[in-house]
This record gives sequence, structure tokens and C-alpha cells, in this order.
Amino acid sequence: MQTLRAQRLIHRGSATAWFLLTSSMLIAQGATPSTLAPASTPAHQIFDLSVFVVAITGGIFLIVGGLLALTLYRFRARKTDPLGEPAQIYGSTQIELAWTVIPILIVVVLFLTTARIIFAIQDAPKPHTALDVTVIGHQFWWEFRYPKYAVITANELHIPVSSDAAPEATFLKLTSADVNHSFWIPQLAGKTDLIANHVNTMWMDPKKPGLYLGQCAQFCGSQHAMMLLRVYVDTPEQFDAWMKNQQRAAPRDSTVEAGRTVFEKQACMNCHTISGTAATGRFGPDLTHLMSRATLASGAMDNSPANLRQWIKSPDTFKRGALMPAMQLTDEQLNQVTAYLETLK
Amino acid sequence: MSDCPLSISQVIDPSTSRAEQITFLEKLHRWVVTVDHKHLGILYILYSTFFLLVAGAEALMIRIQLAYPHNHVLSAQVYNRFFTMHGTTMVFLVGMPFLFGFANYIVPLQIGARDMAFPRLNAFSFWLTAFGGFLLYYSFLGGAGLYGVGNAPDVGWFAYAPLTARSFSPGHATDYWALALIVSGFGTLGTAINIIATVISMRCKGMTLMRMPLFTWLLLIVSMLTLVTITPLTAAQFMLLIDRYLGGHFFDTQAGGSSLIWIHFFWIFGHPEVYVLVLPAFAIANEIIPVFCRKAIFGYPAMVAASVTIMFVSLSVWAHHMFTVGMTSVSNAFFTLSTMLVGVPTGIKIFNWIATLWGGRIRFTTTMLFCIGFLFQFLIAGLTGIMLSVSPWDWQLHNSYFVIAHFHYVLVGAVVFCIFAGIYYWYSKATGRLMNETLGKWHFWLFAIGFHITFDTMHCLGLLGMPRSIYTYQPDRGWSFLNLVVSVGGLIQGIAVLIFAYNFIVSYWRGEVAGDDPWDAWTLEWTTSSPPPVYNFEEEPEVHSRRPLWDLKHPDDPDWEYES
Amino acid sequence: MSSMPVSHPERTVEWHLPSKRRVGMTALIVGESAIFTIFVVAYVFYMGKSLSGPTPAQVLEVPILATICLLSSSFTIWRAEKAIEDDRMGSFTGWLGATIALAAVFLRGTALEWKTLIYQDGLTVNTNLFGTTFYSLVGLHATHVVVGLFLLTSVFIFSLFGWVDSRQSERFGVVALYWHFVDSVWIVVFTVVYLIGR
Repeated sequence: MQTLRAQRLIHRGSATAWFLLTSSMLIAQGATPSTLAPASTPAHQIFDLSVFVVAITGGIFLIVGGLLALTLYRFRARKTDPLGEPAQIYGSTQIELAWTVIPILIVVVLFLTTARIIFAIQDAPKPHTALDVTVIGHQFWWEFRYPKYAVITANELHIPVSSDAAPEATFLKLTSADVNHSFWIPQLAGKTDLIANHVNTMWMDPKKPGLYLGQCAQFCGSQHAMMLLRVYVDTPEQFDAWMKNQQRAAPRDSTVEAGRTVFEKQACMNCHTISGTAATGRFGPDLTHLMSRATLASGAMDNSPANLRQWIKSPDTFKRGALMPAMQLTDEQLNQVTAYLETLK
Repeated sequence: MSDCPLSISQVIDPSTSRAEQITFLEKLHRWVVTVDHKHLGILYILYSTFFLLVAGAEALMIRIQLAYPHNHVLSAQVYNRFFTMHGTTMVFLVGMPFLFGFANYIVPLQIGARDMAFPRLNAFSFWLTAFGGFLLYYSFLGGAGLYGVGNAPDVGWFAYAPLTARSFSPGHATDYWALALIVSGFGTLGTAINIIATVISMRCKGMTLMRMPLFTWLLLIVSMLTLVTITPLTAAQFMLLIDRYLGGHFFDTQAGGSSLIWIHFFWIFGHPEVYVLVLPAFAIANEIIPVFCRKAIFGYPAMVAASVTIMFVSLSVWAHHMFTVGMTSVSNAFFTLSTMLVGVPTGIKIFNWIATLWGGRIRFTTTMLFCIGFLFQFLIAGLTGIMLSVSPWDWQLHNSYFVIAHFHYVLVGAVVFCIFAGIYYWYSKATGRLMNETLGKWHFWLFAIGFHITFDTMHCLGLLGMPRSIYTYQPDRGWSFLNLVVSVGGLIQGIAVLIFAYNFIVSYWRGEVAGDDPWDAWTLEWTTSSPPPVYNFEEEPEVHSRRPLWDLKHPDDPDWEYES
Repeated sequence: MSSMPVSHPERTVEWHLPSKRRVGMTALIVGESAIFTIFVVAYVFYMGKSLSGPTPAQVLEVPILATICLLSSSFTIWRAEKAIEDDRMGSFTGWLGATIALAAVFLRGTALEWKTLIYQDGLTVNTNLFGTTFYSLVGLHATHVVVGLFLLTSVFIFSLFGWVDSRQSERFGVVALYWHFVDSVWIVVFTVVYLIGR
């Protein structure tokens, strides 16, 4: 008996604990990758659907689990049981029919509710005012292109906020330059995979400005864990300002000519682009406005001069397996090129 | 009596002094060349128990690395090899061999046969599987050797293309993965063919298909499913090797090839594979629950029908692993529906088990405790499966820790719990001794508590946005404390498994003598001695109902008067 | 132990189960069919998707003779099965020999076809998607023909030594079942590669 009560307690207790933990996590704390703090229409629709599903499955759990617990308690073997075996019951067609039909009906209800949301999200018509962004996945960084603005940037995405007065959706086209990746910002939408030779689409319309976190969600190689995402949802003014800055070519600062020369003479320009210079490499991130980003190496570390210098000196320090090689620069070259890159605001 | 069809008399006691006179080397030789299904069954189970401990150690290393953000216990490369090997090992070198080991030992006994249909094929299949496993683990010694974990595969257990192409996976890590699984896959195919032929062609007199024990029925269904499950993976792995070595373009996106076709082929294998793993768990539960609640299984025909339905429907749900690859809304809707539908026969089974327990007299032995844990946990696993089948929600949950929690709920909470239940149950038949009940209860409670601490919490991590396959995570994500909790639960489970391993080994010499039928059960294997003689049955049994031993024990009230 | 209930209606029922060899071979065939299905699906999926190189229409010729030979070999092996069941071993050896000869002609046809494709048309596994999927699928089938040929030749040699008679008819039936499977696969491969795919 104690065994059984403890048994029931553990199973019921764990389910309750789970429920409490989940609900406590509902309190969003600023930038969070939690699916329980939706901030965009697709994420909201998914969340609402999930609440409905939990209600149904939770109900099933309570009924069936409760019945199981009750059965275990009520029909435990007791010393006072009569000798011999209990009555053998081999089946009952009516009961079995009932518990076949009822689950099928539940499936029908769940399916129809789900189908509605599938079509609402996947086949949502694209408004002509929508912002287009192309996302290209690389090992281990994100390339973002704004075709209408002729802007290419990396790792940190800026999109406009969408209010009821001025709705502004962002429609993304996703593909990959190498292996499979997946774009996941839980607060804004479900994830969509980036696959080479294949273009996927998704959309979001964030309701509140701010920073939203996410990361690559399809194992893509050694540094998959450090292919992080930052999405900045800007007010219209912020977005315009940011975009104007991105559209400028790199400023030409004569005090860092030495660094610029290092950049162009060493192999940097084979992989990187700095618009307005001779560097037009496509293999690595566009560095034209490197200093407009809060982090380096797709979120691996904060964007500080020391980190930048160390990254160029030895990427393995931060992200062993990243495809950028250590450039074998002298200390003086490192200082110069870092100073140069620091001017790329 | 010689005219009694169900003779239990022993002619030769295998533990006589004649057996003890052989040397250790001779004994070893007998085990290596054996074609007897009981010995091969034990070999499979010992093999899987070994790899259970190895893959469990890999899991503990993973959990230690993830207990704190930015931890440095394992580097990225080593971590990626560990999680790949953990998954690959658990599915192919633990789950399948355990369950085929049980099948090998028990099916011929349950159908009144002397051995499997093709004993030499049986041995060949075991050694192929074993060799595949050793090849996979030999990879640790490749490349730079054990340091950095050698050349062990590091592409995830589903090895998505094009990550597995030569250009993205140089060296031989991926080749070890493909070759080891191709080889062990042929072993699995051989065993499946053997089980099908045995069950169809070697049942004793009177044992129609609808009189077979449900364990045997389910293993027949599993074997039929295996024929069309493992083979797509073998085909895809051949294609991968053609790409890597013969310059083929099956998955070469530069030549117009498709990564998606690998994903489809893999999951056409991968989804039915999880049914190959879970149906035997049901098989074990179907034997144990009736015996320990003293009632016949409720609704035997429905259980058979539900299992056959699962076999067919499970072939149509694979793309629920692919809801995020960009299929059309109609495709997503189809696979949502088929996945929800496969939950119906599965749910029916749970109801049948509850109805079996209802009105019974439940004995809470270690075996039964593990089955009860299975019932609760499988219920929850099925429900989180329904959650994942809701494709828009899956767009959030896919590749997150919610999925890991769900499938560990099935694979540990249902399959491993049932494997433990089965071991405590049939250990007495195979060795003649009972495992210690006190240690068993310690094992159960520690394991169940650790299991829930780990996997209940893990669902939350998924909801909070933590993806899978990451060797570390940022401290600002809000996942740190929960990861620590998950890791602590893992350590508790590890301790529980060590207690089990101790019990498993020591009971062989010190366990209480079991006798033929220590549990007062009703199927044919309990009519033989423990362990059974090498020929199983002196004369071919003849049965008239689903529970031949019940008929013998209750001649006034035999089952065949009630069965349709 | 107590004895069985005394009278039971089923005591006199005969007990016949299917032959374990046939069941085993059927199961193997089901598994192999799954492997072939995956290769056929890959072939069909990639039809028309090659980025370069020779196309099926340009280089494939319908292998009519080889196909007639292979499909006829199903007839000859059926005759051989009938012969061994009736213990007509001379007839058996003859029909078996004919089967082997027809299979050999088929394989020769495949070899010649591949020689032309490789050396004249420059089509290899490496060339393009068509090359990869074509050689894999047809090659997989040819491998199964070779295995079958090995089995048939072994039986043929045994029968030349006089070691085969009607007691082995069931075992031979299992080999024949495998051979019929190989022929059926060819029907599918032929249709997909040479009729639909061209």
C-alpha cells in the first residue's frame, strides 16, 4: 500500500511540478528565447493552439492517469483476498468500441483545429508592404540580405516593429550555402530549416520593439552551438536610421590606412567584403559595418577591441572549428587591422 | 507420463558434474560456436547490457558538460562525437539487441518449438550485429586515437546530408557510422527473417495465430516491420558511401542533388524504427501485467488488431520529423493527421491494460513496479507525442529539448523500464535463480525518481527555447538551473543502473533458487525447467487455448471454454 | 502434473503450417523489395534533374534481347521446378542449364551496355545524377542476378554429380522463388529506366 501511494505520489507529483515550472516560466524576462512569451502573430497563434492542446491532453492525462492510479490502489493484492484467482474477464465489445470511437473523435477535433493554424501561418498572403529579407546559412554564421535596399549584413538582423496602426510584416526567404541549418527565434515564430538548393519561406510581425534571441536549431557541425541569433525589432525611426547606415559604404579614415593595407594585403579580402574597398569576398561575413553589431562570430563573444584582436589572432580561442583560419599576423599587424576594423561603424 | 503432452520431467539436468568437467576454454568455445537460441538470446542480452553501460556513461558525460553554461569538461568536437555515439549506440547496440535477445530466448519456448527456424542463421546474425558494434566503437581508436575521441562519428545519429559529404566530413568518422550500421543491419534482417519463419512455421499443435502469447504476436509484427524499416536505412547508407567513395551525387547539392531525399529516406527508416523499439516493450508488458494481477489480458483480439494497425499506420507518419523542412501546408496537415491517428490504437492498448488490472489482485514485485512505471510514463509519452504531432507547435518544439524529453520518455520510460521488467521476470527462467527483490526495489525507486527529475524538467527546457545537439549554452538564456537539475537526475539514474548491474551479476550465484514457475504464470515457457533443457520440450506440446498452463492448473475452468 | 481435459473437439484436427524455407525466403524478398524501392524512388526523384551530361534519351537503348532472356528464364526455371518435383532429373538439369544460359546472356548484355556507356558516351557514376542513380539501381539488380546465378550454378553442378533428386525439390523451390523475385524487379527497373525515364 505504501509502495502504491508513493508510486501515485511520484507520478502525480512530477506532473504537477512540471506544470508549475512551466507556468512560472511564463513570466518573460526581457530578451528570452522562450516559446512561452510570444511577441509576433505566428508565435501567438502557435501558443494559443498549444494551450488548447495542453487542455485536451491534460484532461486525458488526468482521466486516464487517475483511472490507472485508482485501479492500482483499489485492486492491490491483500492478505484478506479469498483463495483462488479473481474472475477472468476476457473482453467487452461495447467498452472496447467506446474507447475506440472517443479517441477518434478527439483526433478529429484536434486535427481540424490544427489544420486551421497550419494554413493560417503557412499560406498567409504576403502584404505588398512586407519587408523582404533573404537569409543564407553558413557554417557557423548567418548572412542577411535586404534585396530592396541592396544591403548585406551578418548575424544580427534588424526588422521593423508591427503595430495595429502600421502593420509591418517581414517575409524571410531561407536557404543555405553549405549544410542544413535552422532559423529559430522562439518569441517571433516557429523554426524553418535552411537547406542548400532549396528556398524556404517564413514570416513574422513582431509587436514590440526590443531584442529577441535565438540560435541555429539544426545540427550543422562542430560549432553549431555557437551559431547564435540576435533579432533587433526597431521602431520605424530606428529602422530607417539603421538601414541608412548600412547602405553607406565603409568610411575612409586615413588614420587607419596601415590597417586597411594589412586587410587588403593579407588574405582577408578573399573571404570578406567591405563595400567601397577592393574586398569583395563572399565566403565570410560582410564586415562593412562590423561595429554596428553587438557581438562577434555570430554571438560567440561581445564586440570589443580586445575580443576582435584575439579573434583575428586565433579564432580557436572562441570557436574552435569555425572556418576562419588563424591569419598568422604579427602583433603590429594585429593592432593595425583591429584599429581599422574598429572604424567600420 | 509419456502420454501427457505437456511433460515437465527432466531427463538431463544441465548442472550435473558432467557439465562441470569441461575447461573454461571449452566453455568459451561452446558459447562462441553455439547455434542454440537460448545461448544466443543470452549473448544478445549480455552484449546490450554492456553497451547500455557504455552509452549511459556517454550520456553522463554529456550531462556533466551541460550542467553549467560555458562548461569546459568536453570540447565541441568531443561532445559532438559523444552525443552521436550515445544515440547510435542506444538505438542499434542496446535497444534492438536487447529486444531481439528476448525474442530469441522466449519465442521458441512460448510456441513449443525446439529452436528457431534457422539456428545457424541465428548465430550468424548475432555475430554480424556484434561485429557491427565493435566496428562502430573501433572508431574511437582511429584518427588521432583516443585523444579527442579518435574518429568516432560526429554527425548526429541521423547523419543529415550534406554534412556527411566528404567535403564537410573529411576523414572516416562518417564511414565508420555507415559501415557499422550496414553490417549490423544485415544481422537484424537475418534475425527478423528467422523470427517470422519460426513463428509462422514452427508453432506446436493447436497453437493457431490467435492462441499465441501476445509477446510472440508482437515480436512477429516487429519482425515484419523490421523488414521494411532497416532496409531503407541500409539503402540510404549505400547511397552515402557511393557519394563519398565513388563520386556519386545522391546527396550532392552542387550537382543538383538533394539533402531532402536523405531526410526522407532516413525518417522512412527512423519512424517505424521507434515502433520496432516500443512494440517489444508492449510485448513484455503483455506477459507481465496479466501474471501479476492474476487476470487474463482484456481484449486479446483487439490487442492483436491494434498492433497490426500500428504496424501499418506507422509506415505513413515519417514526415512528422520533417515539419520544418518546408513541405507544403497540405503535406504538413496529412502527416499531422496520420500521426494523431496512430495514437488511437496505441491509446487503446493502455485502456486494455487498465481493464486487465481492474478486478485483479495486483502484486507489487519489482517486475510489476517497472511495468506500472511503464504504464504511467508511456501515457505521458504518448500525450507529448500528440503535442508534437500538432505541426505548428512542432515548428517551435522540433529539435529542442522537448523532443529529447519526449523520446527519452518513450525509450527509457517505456522501453528500458519494460526491459528491466522483462529481465527481472525471465531471469529466473534463464538462470534458475531469482534476482534479489530488495535490490530490485532500490533499483526501481532510484531509477524512477532520477528519470522523472531528468526528463520532466527537460520538457521545460524545450519550451524555453533550448535546441538539441549543442555542446554548451549562454548563461543569459535562463536555462542554467534547469540543466543542473537534469544532470543531477542523470547521476541518480546512473547509480540505480549500477545497483541493477550488481544484482544481475551476483544473483547468478547467490540468488534464491527459482524452480520451473516461480511467478505462477500461464504460458508454455513456464512448463520447462529453469533453465530449460537444451531441447526445450521432450515432446511437442499441444495447446487448446491462449493460456495452456492455466488450463492445466484449472482443469475445471479451462480458457478454451471462453475464448471465441 | 494433472492431465489434460479428457475430450476436446480439436484433438483430431490436422496441423499444417507453411514451410519455414518458403516463409524465410518470402521475408527476405520483402526486405530486398524495400531496398530496391528506395533506389527506384531515388531514380524517379532525380529524373530530369541532372545539371549536365548525357540524358537517358541520348544514351539508353532499350535492352529487348536481354529482357526477353531474363523473363524467359522464369519460365525455364518453372519447368525445372516441375521436373525436380516429378524426379525427372535429366529434364531438370536441362531446364536449369537453360536458365543459367539465359541469365548469362542477360548479364553479358548489361556488361556490353555499360561498356558502351562508359567508354563511348562518357557516362559514369560520377558524371551526373542520371549516372549515379542509373548505375546504382541497375547495378544493384545485376548484383542480385549474379548471386542468383551463383546459386543456380551450384545446384547445376550438384545435379551433374547426381546429388540432386526430388527430396531437394522444396529447397530448389526456394531458389526459384528468389529467381522469380529477381525477374520481377527487372520488370520494374526496365519500366522505370527504359520506358518511363527515357
